[in-house]
Amino acid sequence: MKEQENIGNTELDTTNEEVVIKIQDLRKSFGDNQVLRGFDMELRKGENLVVMGKSGSGKSVMIKCLVGLMSPDSGYVEVLGKDINTLDQVALDELRSDIGFLFQGSALYDSMTVRENLEFPMRRHRKKFEGIQDTLPLVKEALENVGLGHTMDLMPAELSGGMKRRVALARAIILKPKLILYDEPTSGLDPITSKEIIELMRSIQKKYGTSALIITHDVDCARVISERMILLVDGVNYAEGTYAELIQSEDPKVNAFFKK
Amino acid sequence: MIDKIKRFFIEIGDVSYFSARFFKQAINPPFEFKELLRQCYQVGNRSLLLVATTGFIIGLVLTLQTRPTLIEFGAVSWMPNMVGISIVREVGPVITALICSGKIASGFGAELGSMRVTEQIDAMEVSGTNPFKYLVVTRVLAATLMLPLLVIFGDLIALYGSSLVEYFKGDVSFRLYFNTVFDALSFGDLIPATIKSFFFGFVIGITGCYKGYTTGRGTAGVGIAANTAVVMASLLLFVVDFIAVFVSDIFYEL
Ligand SMILES: Nc1ncnc2c1ncn2[C@@H]1O[C@H](COP(=O)(O)OP(=O)(O)O)[C@@H](O)[C@H]1O
Ligand SMILES: [Mg+2]
Repeated sequence: MKEQENIGNTELDTTNEEVVIKIQDLRKSFGDNQVLRGFDMELRKGENLVVMGKSGSGKSVMIKCLVGLMSPDSGYVEVLGKDINTLDQVALDELRSDIGFLFQGSALYDSMTVRENLEFPMRRHRKKFEGIQDTLPLVKEALENVGLGHTMDLMPAELSGGMKRRVALARAIILKPKLILYDEPTSGLDPITSKEIIELMRSIQKKYGTSALIITHDVDCARVISERMILLVDGVNYAEGTYAELIQSEDPKVNAFFKK
Repeated sequence: MIDKIKRFFIEIGDVSYFSARFFKQAINPPFEFKELLRQCYQVGNRSLLLVATTGFIIGLVLTLQTRPTLIEFGAVSWMPNMVGISIVREVGPVITALICSGKIASGFGAELGSMRVTEQIDAMEVSGTNPFKYLVVTRVLAATLMLPLLVIFGDLIALYGSSLVEYFKGDVSFRLYFNTVFDALSFGDLIPATIKSFFFGFVIGITGCYKGYTTGRGTAGVGIAANTAVVMASLLLFVVDFIAVFVSDIFYEL
């Protein structure tokens, strides 16, 4: 806890509250199912923000709107200073090269080796690697960051769930993104592996100084990693604050998250 | 019932739209040559043995069953011409395409379907690679290019099967058999059959990819995608076959 507060303080000193993600009045429905009903959010530079919500509350939908995997029905979405909805394909791809995305189920390409998985993002985002011919050192660095240097030539099917998640994390950071989006980074993992993943997320943030948006329904994960939290309830930003603040709330809907 | 028919036509519309998207993406760079080669190899490799086996059996059976009738009419020397023409013009392409729709269309459906539900397609998209180009265009092209080759291969195996029967039962040498077959075949038999095979390959590729790429959420979707891909591909194959026979008939009249 102490260490976390320290990180928070230094960030406050060094940044001038630069906004990395800004969402205003985001709405999205599927047929009659109104998933997001005017969601607002801001992520500041260098910050770890956790968005918590029950499963099916629209967390993944929200995060997919941030990278253009889904288009919202209405609302303003700005990422790294760019209005997502007005970008053409080229500009969108360029923006995406600055964003790391860790998918809910790791989403490793099962027909490719670990190495090919990590090289895949570098195929098109060449601009970022001008002058770099050999991708091997980059792959090695990313894998060593997650403690899996020896798995380079394995297939995803040969890895355990926790290892897959680490490789996926390595793939997300291989382009040295400014912003990382985590969709339920600990879902489907046992508590110990979850802890290891969370540790990795923190060490990566420290090493590269990235901002992070973490989506989860895991209270423990939220407690450890969040500097600020947002509760997504009924498609809106229902409550916002630090873990310590929210846990003391009287509101029954907020309380429901922390009761065990 | 009305509902089912309506859904069928909606589906046909969706597939047409999907095909239009394929053509648009296929002609615009960047091209994924390496992946295309890999897919060609996969398509060929996956179906080679099946095509060979079915081709061989069809050749045997067709010859064995026509023999008694031809003997009755004293026309057994016509065997190579008859069997050769029916294999090359119709039986070879259709059987090979059906076998491939079972193997390739369901394979594409299952592969792309599981990539969809496990978010691998989304992951490609955020990695700056156009997943439609990388996954769909390469697979459809591979199926379109490889099917005619598989058909020719299947035809040859079927003819070989047929010639075996003639060799053992009718004392016809392989040389005589194949000489008779190739004399009997004209370009008018070969060209429509080959053109037809390209279309068969395209139909197999596009339905497999369409079903897989548009798989619904949840793992149940993958099974449904693989299954409906085969059904739809087989059905469309016969429609295409009918159109092809109809069109080539018009050309012969001219
Ligand atoms: N592509 C889609 N088509 C239809 N409904 C969807 C789609 N994606 C998500 N939904 C619906 O949106 C709601 C929120 O889903 P999701 O964001 O995945 O939840 P979670 O918060 O668990 O990540 C769910 O009710 C789901 O059924
Ligand atoms: Mg989710």
